[in-house]
Parts: sequence; structure tokens; C-alpha cells
Amino acid sequence: MIDLPLSIAKRVHAEGVLAFPNECCGALLGSVDAVGTQELRHVVDILALPNTREAEEQYHRFVITPEDYLRAEQFARTEGLDLVGFYHSHPNAPARPSDYDREHAWPNLSYVIVATLLRDGKAAAGDVTSWELSLDRSRFDAEEQVAL
Amino acid sequence: MATVFIPTALRAFTDRQSQVEITSDTVGEAISALAALYPDLAPHILDDEGALRGFVNVFIGQTNIRETQGLDTPVATTDEVSIVPAIAGGSDLARRV
Repeated sequence: MIDLPLSIAKRVHAEGVLAFPNECCGALLGSVDAVGTQELRHVVDILALPNTREAEEQYHRFVITPEDYLRAEQFARTEGLDLVGFYHSHPNAPARPSDYDREHAWPNLSYVIVATLLRDGKAAAGDVTSWELSLDRSRFDAEEQVAL
Repeated sequence: MATVFIPTALRAFTDRQSQVEITSDTVGEAISALAALYPDLAPHILDDEGALRGFVNVFIGQTNIRETQGLDTPVATTDEVSIVPAIAGGSDLARRV
């Protein structure tokens, strides 16, 4: 489950629009609560990170370097937060995880995806969804959005 | 003792611990000790031969051990060892629109 406030979703929107027609990517920072056997991830901040995939592939791919991951985790720690997931955009594609997303994902994290598209000649954001990889890595499950 | 930082994605296998104190001389020994302490963690970071998996990186401070001596890299008692998963993804779009 994820608690993704509207203010954070709007910031992910903005990052997606800025990167269009390429994919944006970044870290979700916040905290984790145990709710029964499930985890509830509260997102309170994002940290935009460079998409380091080759420029000609960025329309459908992103890569975060280990150095940038470490920087995000260390930044989260100094803010008293945890790195609870990642976001990225799908330009001209639905806000649903691809097989490539699943093959490269980790369990116990939230993966937020924003669809971006051209609307009236300008880059715009569409749906924002959140997903969690199953422990056996076989599928992504849509995360329940919890409003607190 | 060196401090090993566990990424969020792997804390389900370390009783939710975000950091673990380990005594070891090398990164390899630290990772092996960690895997012995938390057996469910082992297959996520080491392959069948005990080598570091390709989609996992280990840093000492800000230095990736792949750039130094790999698992033979020495660890000092004051070192911070971070396990860092590789992060990538992307859509099904077959060609640029």
C-alpha cells in the first residue's frame, strides 16, 4: 500500500513533463509502517535522479547508476527518511509496468509510473499509478492508494 | 566493527534491520557473515559460487568495490559498507514516437 499525497503526484507529473519525450526517473522518500502482514509506504518527498541510459534509448528506458542510488539513500538518511521506491515516466505509453520494468524491479519497494503524452502540441501528464513486485518476481500488483 | 547498510528492498530478509554491525577483514567476509546471519538474504546478493550478483553493487563509503579489489577489498572498523541494488526499467514502446 502507498500513501502518495497529491502534492507529490504533481511533482512526479512535472518531472515527467520536463523529461518528455524521454523517461524521467527518481527516488521516492518517506517511511514504512507495518499494517498487518503488509507494508504501508508513506511518500513525503521525491529526489529527481539522472536517467543515464544512452540518449537514443531514453524514450523507453531509464537507468539509475549505483552512485546516484547511494546518493539518494544517503540523502534520505540525513533527512530521517527511507528510500521507499522509485518513479519513472512512460512517454507515449500507458502508466502500466512493462515486462522490462518487472525484470529489473525489486520487491518491497513502490514503483510509481506516470504516463506522459503530447496534448495540444505540449507535453502533458496522464495517469499516475503505483505498483509493487510480488516476492516471486512473477508479477507487479497495483498498489492500493491510501489517503490519510 | 564496520557498519553494513541494508537497502529497503532487502530489509524483509534482515528482520527489518537497516544497518548491521559486522566484524570482518574484507568485503567478502562481511557479506558472507551477513548472509550467515540472514540466510534468506544470501540468494539475493550472492550467486551459487559465492560471487556478487551482477545487479548488486557494494560500496565502501563512496567507492564501488568493483573499482577496487572486489570482494577482497579490505574493510576497516570505521567503514560504512552499502549494498546497492541496480535500478532500471522502461515502457513497452517499440520505437520513438
